[in-house]
Amino acid sequence: MAANTLFEKIWNSHVVRESPDQPALIYIDLHLVHEVTSPQAFEGLAKAGRKVRRPDRTFGTQDHNVPTTDRSRPIADPDSRVQIEMMRKNCRDFGIKLFDLGDREQGIVHVIGPELGLSQPGMTIVCGDSHTATHGALGALAFGIGTSEVEHVLATQCLWQARPRTMEIRVDGELRPGVTAKDLILGIIGRITTDGGTGYVIEYRGSAIAALSMEERMTVSNMSIEGGARAGMIAVDEKTIEYLRGRRYVPQGKDFDRAAERWLTFRTDEGARFDHSISFDAASFAPHVTWGTNPGMVAEVTGTVPDPSSFAEPTQRRAAELALEYMALRPGTPIQEIPIDRVFIGSCTNGRLSDLEAAAAVVKGRKVAPRVRALVVPGSQQVKAEAEKRQLDRIFIEAGFEWRESGCSMCLGMNPDILRPGERCASTSNRNFEGRQGKGGRTHLVSPAMAAAAAIAGHFVDAREWVR
Amino acid sequence: MQKFTNFTGIVAPLDRPNVDTDQIIPKQFLKAVVRSGLGKGLFYDWRNQPDSQFVVDQPRFKEANILVARANFGCGSSREHAVWALADFGFRAVIAPSFADIFHNNCLKNGLLTIMLKPDEVDAIFTAIKQHDAYTLTVDLAAQKVTDDYGWSATFPIDEFAKKCLLEGLDDIALTLQHEQAIAAYEAAHPNPYPT
Ligand code: SF4
Repeated sequence: MAANTLFEKIWNSHVVRESPDQPALIYIDLHLVHEVTSPQAFEGLAKAGRKVRRPDRTFGTQDHNVPTTDRSRPIADPDSRVQIEMMRKNCRDFGIKLFDLGDREQGIVHVIGPELGLSQPGMTIVCGDSHTATHGALGALAFGIGTSEVEHVLATQCLWQARPRTMEIRVDGELRPGVTAKDLILGIIGRITTDGGTGYVIEYRGSAIAALSMEERMTVSNMSIEGGARAGMIAVDEKTIEYLRGRRYVPQGKDFDRAAERWLTFRTDEGARFDHSISFDAASFAPHVTWGTNPGMVAEVTGTVPDPSSFAEPTQRRAAELALEYMALRPGTPIQEIPIDRVFIGSCTNGRLSDLEAAAAVVKGRKVAPRVRALVVPGSQQVKAEAEKRQLDRIFIEAGFEWRESGCSMCLGMNPDILRPGERCASTSNRNFEGRQGKGGRTHLVSPAMAAAAAIAGHFVDAREWVR
Repeated sequence: MQKFTNFTGIVAPLDRPNVDTDQIIPKQFLKAVVRSGLGKGLFYDWRNQPDSQFVVDQPRFKEANILVARANFGCGSSREHAVWALADFGFRAVIAPSFADIFHNNCLKNGLLTIMLKPDEVDAIFTAIKQHDAYTLTVDLAAQKVTDDYGWSATFPIDEFAKKCLLEGLDDIALTLQHEQAIAAYEAAHPNPYPT
């Protein structure tokens, strides 16, 4: 039998039709929809008199737009309200299960997919959202699509896809103490650059990846798009199986055992070949802080803001100049001397229970610096409930953090949670683009522990020294 | 989708790499529930100031319908609003050394052509814009070629299937539904994985 990569196994088993002169038609097992990228797709469907082909494989949530404050009150922003109401109507009209505001299961689409057991190994999963790669941590092929493709999947449950190339990113050895999955992926993006993965599906492999928990794996896979890759994936192992056991949408009892046996085959065979391979030593990563306006512009916390003249390539040098201008940073400034105004802990990258635990471990018994306003936004209502059961909310609130309802919140600031012009934020989200968190806002991407420590200190610090 | 036809247009230069879709259209415009009218949000944060000097606001580029930029254009968020905004503003093609995958796909679905040229060819266009007022390029999709008035030209790659869809203005959902039998057969062999 031929040796296949994880990607090849999933791809090959989902081809509905293939011919040499065109992309393959592949079947989509799970389609997740949210309120921001779907209205035009449903509109197109309705106009053409088409139905949703597989409502049983389509699930909706409201996350991007939603307020994170008191949900018993009506949504103040009229445009957001329209979008949220339209999502309700579309799901009702087309027979789609919606995890709505007020539901126990509501949350960020990439948090609830795995959490509910909707995302399963070996599946093809799409969503009108570029961080769909998150679900690849469960051994699935998961990628983001645009709204026209959302409409296409709604109508046909299939997509035309050119076969991507495969890239192996191996990380062997052990991460040093206090270096997190977020630091690892920021470091990888810094090294491969923001378009290093374009055209590829990345499989993260090696002993350091195997050693990560499932939630840490999701953090890594989540940011594949920041390296240009549409999908990231990680082989199924016993951790994957244990993570899935008992979740609401997975098979139960004997059926689960049968499914688990099949799921365990979703790993790259010995001797299978990738189109491109890179490897890193896990011990070479440190806690990271981004200094610029894309996620590849990253420095170690013990380092300094780089000098644009250190970039040999003219467009990169120019990009660094523009970034420093926007970020109001001077070359050579020690990262730890950068003061911050805001802290955001949340998002589909770092809004899970273990992320909140890591932040709470730093925060416990300390106070947020007087100049800082800090926010914790759990990735889902289930994460929130679980955190409250462990009284993490109390730790945060006593320290001076705001404790909110779940949603995307300040990750993209479509709701009222935004930066004011010139404000500087330590954020556990995934994008530091100009204006991403609010026009004129300045975003530094960090891990939950680093964000928590920065909230206390009022500037970046090496969180390794803060974990007791 | 409308058929893509050859055209000649003014080229506007945006000399940045990694132009992301948050910049092409900021989040406040994502609250739209229709596809139309998004041109007003194009590059909003760069343009929304009195006397904006941003490239598309400069008189010589006001009528531009080709945008040239640096590598990794359209990276970041999957928001198709970025493409709708470019198209609504009047752009019919974007030239860059490379494009982000999802953006590239979104363009093709909306008849906006992504023209991938080599870095030195893109350099040549930036230089030519500086040298010539109202510098134009003629885009010939069938020949996969861009040509200027001064004897310069370059060819670009495009996937054959995407080219056919653009040239014929195909509705790809209708196209897919021609394979209904194959889809149904696949489904019969792969039951719903979720408990009902
Ligand atoms: S948390 Fe941020 S990155 Fe994740 S889905 Fe929401 S907006 Fe997108």
